[in-house]
Amino acid sequence: MERIPILKMGPYLLVTIQVDMHDRVAMTLQDELTQQIVAHHARGVLLDISSVNVVDSFIGRMIGNIAGISRVLDAETVVVGMRPAVAITLVELGMALPGVRTALNVDAGMALLKSAGRIATNGRPAR
Amino acid sequence: MAVLRDDRIGVRTVDDIIKARQLVRDSAIAQGLSLVDQTKLVTAASEIARNTLVHGGGGYMRLETLNDGTRRGIRLTFSDQGPGIADIALAMKDGYSTAGGLGLGLGGTKRLVNEFDLESEPGKGTKVTILRWR
Repeated sequence: MERIPILKMGPYLLVTIQVDMHDRVAMTLQDELTQQIVAHHARGVLLDISSVNVVDSFIGRMIGNIAGISRVLDAETVVVGMRPAVAITLVELGMALPGVRTALNVDAGMALLKSAGRIATNGRPAR
Repeated sequence: MAVLRDDRIGVRTVDDIIKARQLVRDSAIAQGLSLVDQTKLVTAASEIARNTLVHGGGGYMRLETLNDGTRRGIRLTFSDQGPGIADIALAMKDGYSTAGGLGLGLGGTKRLVNEFDLESEPGKGTKVTILRWR
């Protein structure tokens, strides 16, 4: 079964989805990413979906799960590169991905992760 | 209304959902649908195909490309012989789910297409027809 590679970039994990995602591939990614966040003490996850041309409610739910799980593990997730047609479709479907941070591209997403690291929002020292 | 093409593929595994998405995408491109309309139709097909598999225990998808003289379109019909839907109005409501999903399947899908029809009889199965015009 094909797997989606998870790249480590300093304190962040970068995932680029380039296939029409099979349900099992999505579930495996969710599991592996959770393990890698813990193993690498990752501070953030950048999920690049710029090559994805369909996000149905199953994949949308997986994106929401990844954001939720990483938040519980003290890492921020930013979804980057959503295609305009996918954005329109997701909103009409009724799935605006609440609680998921987004950025237009990888550069903007990385900047967002870095600034999230500098601003201490919960009384802790800034990262 | 002229039916230009009439295909039928099984929806029995998750792989079939991906095959169905690809077939719908190719046909939508061939019919000249815009990128946004292609994406809406493929997403709608993915939602209904998953229902056919998960709730209906599998079935098939029929794909017809149409021309009514002024417009071109694609009609997809998903049929299964599963348990059926007892309360269609409830099943169409956003937020309703029996499978632990988000409950966006049917109500959300209806918004992605121009025509939507659902026939179901408890114990006999479900047939969902969706149509998107160019």
